[in-house]
Amino acid sequence: MTKSKHSYHFKKSHFAFPYTIISIIFVIVPLLILVYYAFTDKYTGGFTLNNFSMFGEGSLWITLGISFLMAFLTTLICFLLAYPLAIALCKINANRRFILVMIFVLPMWINSLLRIYSVKLLFNDFLLIDRGFFLSLIGMVYDFFPFMLLPIYTILSQMNNSYFEASTDLGANPYKTFMKVKLPLSIPGIVSGVLMVFMPAVSTFAINDILGSSQYWLFGNEIYFWFQKGLYNIGSAFAFIMLVLILISVAISSALNKIVDPRSKSLKSRGETL
Amino acid sequence: MAEKTKVKEEAISENKKTKKENKNLVNKNLNKSKSLTTNNIDTKNNIITSQKENIENNEEVKDKAKKLDSIIKIKNVTKVFDGITVIDDLTLSIKRGKFVTLLGASGCGKTTLLRMIAGFETPTTGTIYIEEQEVTDIPPYKRPVNTVFQKYALFPHLNVFKNIAFGLKLKGLPEDLKKDIEKYKQEQKGLLSFFKVKNYARKLKNSYILEKVKKALKMVNLEGYGYRNINTLSGGQQQRVAIARAIVCEPKVLLLDEPLGALDLKMRKEMQIELMNIHKNLGITFVYVTHDQEEALTMSDEIVVLNDGVIQQIGTPKKIYDEPANAFVADFIGQSNILTGTMVKDFTLKFLGTTFECLDKGFDKNEPVDIVIRPEDIEVYPEGSTKGQLEGKVISSCFKGTFFQMEIETQGYEFTVQSTVEAKQNTKVKLGFTPNGIHVMRKLRSINEFVGRMTSPTTVEFCGGEWEVETKENEFEKGDEVKVKVGFRDIELMDDENDGVIGANVTQSLYKGEYNQVQIYTDTDEDFYVVTTDEWDMNDRVGVKIKPNAIILEKIIEEVEDETKEDD
Repeated sequence: MTKSKHSYHFKKSHFAFPYTIISIIFVIVPLLILVYYAFTDKYTGGFTLNNFSMFGEGSLWITLGISFLMAFLTTLICFLLAYPLAIALCKINANRRFILVMIFVLPMWINSLLRIYSVKLLFNDFLLIDRGFFLSLIGMVYDFFPFMLLPIYTILSQMNNSYFEASTDLGANPYKTFMKVKLPLSIPGIVSGVLMVFMPAVSTFAINDILGSSQYWLFGNEIYFWFQKGLYNIGSAFAFIMLVLILISVAISSALNKIVDPRSKSLKSRGETL
Repeated sequence: MAEKTKVKEEAISENKKTKKENKNLVNKNLNKSKSLTTNNIDTKNNIITSQKENIENNEEVKDKAKKLDSIIKIKNVTKVFDGITVIDDLTLSIKRGKFVTLLGASGCGKTTLLRMIAGFETPTTGTIYIEEQEVTDIPPYKRPVNTVFQKYALFPHLNVFKNIAFGLKLKGLPEDLKKDIEKYKQEQKGLLSFFKVKNYARKLKNSYILEKVKKALKMVNLEGYGYRNINTLSGGQQQRVAIARAIVCEPKVLLLDEPLGALDLKMRKEMQIELMNIHKNLGITFVYVTHDQEEALTMSDEIVVLNDGVIQQIGTPKKIYDEPANAFVADFIGQSNILTGTMVKDFTLKFLGTTFECLDKGFDKNEPVDIVIRPEDIEVYPEGSTKGQLEGKVISSCFKGTFFQMEIETQGYEFTVQSTVEAKQNTKVKLGFTPNGIHVMRKLRSINEFVGRMTSPTTVEFCGGEWEVETKENEFEKGDEVKVKVGFRDIELMDDENDGVIGANVTQSLYKGEYNQVQIYTDTDEDFYVVTTDEWDMNDRVGVKIKPNAIILEKIIEEVEDETKEDD
């Protein structure tokens, strides 16, 4: 038995190699290109901030506002629909529950564009409702709903019943038990649900293209427009702004998550010792 | 019920006693007043004071009666889960201020009983009273009890302080603080008074809660841990937080559901002592659920032994250990030798072919009985000694620190003996039994009894099976309700369930000398007792077979049923 033959040891971290390569090619490099384009002139290739000059105009901010309003409403409606549903699903016995969860998750397996076209058909041809802001909203809620439901359902179904028993035992009625125990404990699920819905909703343009009215644009439409025109530098600048805004909202959500996470230090800091 | 009246009687008799004493005092004083006419006024005063004392004494007696009163009453409670009876018509009262343990193997219904007291389960039938108030259908948050859960159930999103303060924040402030706020409210005038009062009340409540939590932390020896996070604590520390969280609410009864089950042995021993101290300091009633008989014997004022949702015995640890009510309790509590014998007459008992003296009486002549002898109650003498009644051979001997544990065979029965005197393996010894070391118990049941229905003149249905029986001609008709009796020895158990008429699970197997007494549980929720020489293990699945001529049938006549109803 010679050791030299087996000198190469396969480590667990080596399994990450394929994906690392993919992410370098499709995520890191494009991001660098995007940043490069955003800050350079189309013709000279030198550094410039001119690509951002469009943001001086008010109309662009309105577009941005509409995008965030749309994403916010989508997230809110999804949450209001998903949370009670997740609670109800947890109360159903295990066999039937699986089937019901499947029914809600099933649409995820169908291409989202196909689903949006079917919504369009349903509303335009059968219900004779024309495209517009609210139809677009309905389409987005329909499209992103499973992404809100799944994380909330997962966290609620794993929650130990003894917490609620302890709460009622200590004198909390069902409402207080919900507010003081169930809701705080489900915040990690809510946060990931919100992220999963808000992020794609704020940058979408396809749904709005199909269902929305032509009177307004979303930020996603704007980015799409510039790239389509071949003005990559301006498009990149727009995409860069979107990226920053998304990063800010992620930072806010994770800060929110930290407040309720028991492992965070924020709970500890108090002058007094007990 | 009987216990309650007993308590009352005690209280009354004490009351009478003090009255008598006071009367004597008054008489004495009267005598004094006769003899000492000059001190007339003084003596009158004396009489008055003594009368006052009398009143005070009466109140004391009342207080005492209240203390001895039962705080929880459970009346005819039955709980059925998915067709399985977990608690069977159970009646129990728990005395104020006691440390009461519900003891039983897993699945005996002890936790269900506790959860019904806490309010997490509602009884299928029956009623539960706490402090004379019916709470059967009252939700947990309105009951004056708090629970320490088996797996702590501490809120992971709150730190130690907030966990303990959880119940306090929900509770209202005590009366004196409310008055304080009211006073402050009247003093305040002007636009901002509303906010000022709010602020004042908030501050007062916070300091009140802080004070309370500090006290609770001190009680469970966790000072300085207030702002720690729950997941940074060890199991023992989490347990303490759980206890603090419950006691800080000042419940009238503290319910503990196997609170020490998840701790290691050393930690468990420490917590046992701490829990006993907490109980002593608080003076409230503890209801403690455990399957650990040693824990129960160490900690409790009173033990309730449960099996299959039925109370087997209630008593002090000493009583339960020394005088087990039946073979189940004897087997469950401590090590014991269980034999079968016959009661020849009062104070005389016969087992293993030898007659012994005992302290029991009131049995029928030659009534078969169960006998329990604790391993430490058997004396070991060398061979040929004049002391000792039985001769035996040492099968094995093992040193256990403070004593030797020996297996000694006598006429086919293996006694477990604990003695400070060692007897070597394979030597012959004599075993000595003293009258107070022999505990005689009525047999739980001498025959299996069921209610069945004739499916034809020669077949009867009971316990979910159809059995062939030997009957006289025209004795029974199809559809007759019958009482079925089967002797312990007439039941045959089969390895293969399909060989028997019905299938059943072995729930208990007791070795009783020459034979095993096996208890089996049918799918229709009924018990069979079987005496067999074969050995069966718990949870074995067996087939049950009974010879046709061994099934005794009795027709149930409706009149008889009516009579029994009236008797009830």
